Amino acid sequence: MYKKDEKKILLEVVDLKQHFPIETGFIFKKQVGAVRAVDGISFTVNSGETLGIVGESGCGKSTTVRSIAQLYKPTSGSVVFDGLDLVNAPKNEMLKARKNIQMIFQDPYASLDPRMTVRTIIGEPLDIYMRRGLLDEPMDKEMIEKRVEDLMERVGLNRAFKNRYPHEFSGGQRQRIGIARALALNPKIILADEPVSALDVSIQSQILNLLSDLQKDLGLTYVFIAHDLAVIEYISTRVAVMYLGKIVELSKSSELYHNPLHPYTKALLSAAPIPDPVIERKRQRIILTGDVPSPNKEHKGCYFYERCPMRMEKCATNIPPMHAMGNDHAVACWLYE
Amino acid sequence: MSKTVTEHTYGNMLEVKDLKTYFLTDAGIVKAVDGISFTLKQGETLGIVGESGSGKSVTNLSIMRLIPSPPGKIVGGEIFFEGKDILKLSESELRSIRGNRISMVFQDPMTSLNPFLRISTQMIETIRLHQTISRKEALAKSIDMLKLVGIPAAEERVTNYPHQFSGGMRQRVMIAMALSCEAKILIADEPTTALDVTIQAQILELIQSLSKKLNTSVILITHDLGVVAGLCDNVCVMYAGKIVEKARTEDLYKSPSHPYTYGLIQSVPRLDKAKNGRLFSIEGQPPNVIDLPPCCPFHPRCHKVMDICRTQYPPTTDLGGGHEVSCWLYGAGKEQANV
Repeated sequence: MYKKDEKKILLEVVDLKQHFPIETGFIFKKQVGAVRAVDGISFTVNSGETLGIVGESGCGKSTTVRSIAQLYKPTSGSVVFDGLDLVNAPKNEMLKARKNIQMIFQDPYASLDPRMTVRTIIGEPLDIYMRRGLLDEPMDKEMIEKRVEDLMERVGLNRAFKNRYPHEFSGGQRQRIGIARALALNPKIILADEPVSALDVSIQSQILNLLSDLQKDLGLTYVFIAHDLAVIEYISTRVAVMYLGKIVELSKSSELYHNPLHPYTKALLSAAPIPDPVIERKRQRIILTGDVPSPNKEHKGCYFYERCPMRMEKCATNIPPMHAMGNDHAVACWLYE
Repeated sequence: MSKTVTEHTYGNMLEVKDLKTYFLTDAGIVKAVDGISFTLKQGETLGIVGESGSGKSVTNLSIMRLIPSPPGKIVGGEIFFEGKDILKLSESELRSIRGNRISMVFQDPMTSLNPFLRISTQMIETIRLHQTISRKEALAKSIDMLKLVGIPAAEERVTNYPHQFSGGMRQRVMIAMALSCEAKILIADEPTTALDVTIQAQILELIQSLSKKLNTSVILITHDLGVVAGLCDNVCVMYAGKIVEKARTEDLYKSPSHPYTYGLIQSVPRLDKAKNGRLFSIEGQPPNVIDLPPCCPFHPRCHKVMDICRTQYPPTTDLGGGHEVSCWLYGAGKEQANV
């Protein structure tokens, strides 16, 4: 697993921006603005670790991983994976590198094609890369068949089920199918976009355990998105907190939970319910007022200004940069200048 | 809150006795709710916890008599509200209770408001259905209610359409609507599941303060054990259509007795505890509720399974202090199990 002395940067995201244009007009389309889903974020992911991304809906968590996987063409910035800038690389190079970047999606009911058997679903990435001739070693039909069976076994599915369709499985089993598919090409990094939020509590812990076993056995690196702070804390080595398309705090997981610095992180942590009535009823809550503002307009000041309980004059007009606080802890807030 | 209420039946707002709701499908009979009983006292907040398919929502739809029939049917049991059995009321008598004395807030605030109608239209409709007051008075009342649930500039916002509100605000509107008549009981079916944590905290705080202010009893359906811990006086844990454990919230978390409850509490990663290795997990899948055998439905996943669990459903044992559990590990069943 991940050891301190052999930190190797596997993925580096530099000033990534992903804006979606807002257009009006029917025939003569005109851009009137942009949704700034991801607005200039930078972070690195070391080999073998899990980076958790946490934030509310609309903060750009999913867009971030989709941009990393090149499902969207980023507006600007670069995504360097294993030394190759995916944004500017030629398509063939990019596809070859992307074999090592796989995704697990949130909704196991919507992310699997209902007309495909489990065998086809899990084997599809292999089939596609085989056809394009991008596999390191060519695989024939039997080898692929064998690999599909191994993968099913690996994620805890009975290999006798390989000719069944997704509707014959429960939510947790479907998520296992999704994981097997993501593992098919032997990726180095897995981008997991809320893989457990659609699952029941008892199934959620099964999947979390499976993911950490896989990480140990296969030396995987994860970028793990969730809105549940307890899940993020459990699975992550480091955590990035996002708000309105920006990272507001980035730190080691244990450090972040014991010593949150940004007012938003503090509010998030205090809002998350703890399943213990004795503790839960004594806790002091920081209740934020208002909702997350629209990401359509560019802000002059801190993006959290309107809801921040600690706001100062300076925050209205200046965007805080990331301040390094030592101990791998960085925060974007004027309080820690 | 509940400790001041005596055990007399008049203190009970709602009494559910041996309620059974079945769905007749082509594949067989689905016993969505299979013989559950509980009481709700005035001002009490009762949590109903369970996984999807455990029958939490069907229980509450049965209380409101909103089960689509066919295929659903309430086949047995009694639901007493203010001394009357809801299941025996006529449709018009029921209408004076449903939405008036017993109101409901649904999970998804995006789909439970009509997108074509202004908030004012929808609220006035609800109020005037149950009270004989003029439109003007009803509008004034709507504005008061919106202020009560913390919607800023309520006078202007009342004429807005649902899409002009955010998710959290829409849920506030739903709560305002539910409480706009003289609701004695508020049934909240996963009211915060579709919302973000910070908004969830706001809404839960609101439900709690309103239930204190208006002395409304609340039934809170959720799958989130953290939400239950903060808000509820008593908790029922449901599994496959049955209540497997019922207790005061403190007791339930301190000494979860049913292996399922224990597993649920243990399998959630916790913010306040250091992570140590693997999570406890309940193996296997939730049961298929079609044509369940008469055994304990949890036995294939139970880490304390005994022989008797595979053949008979366990009786309910009172562990004292209102803590009830249906498991062969306890009470009279224990000796039977050892034989």
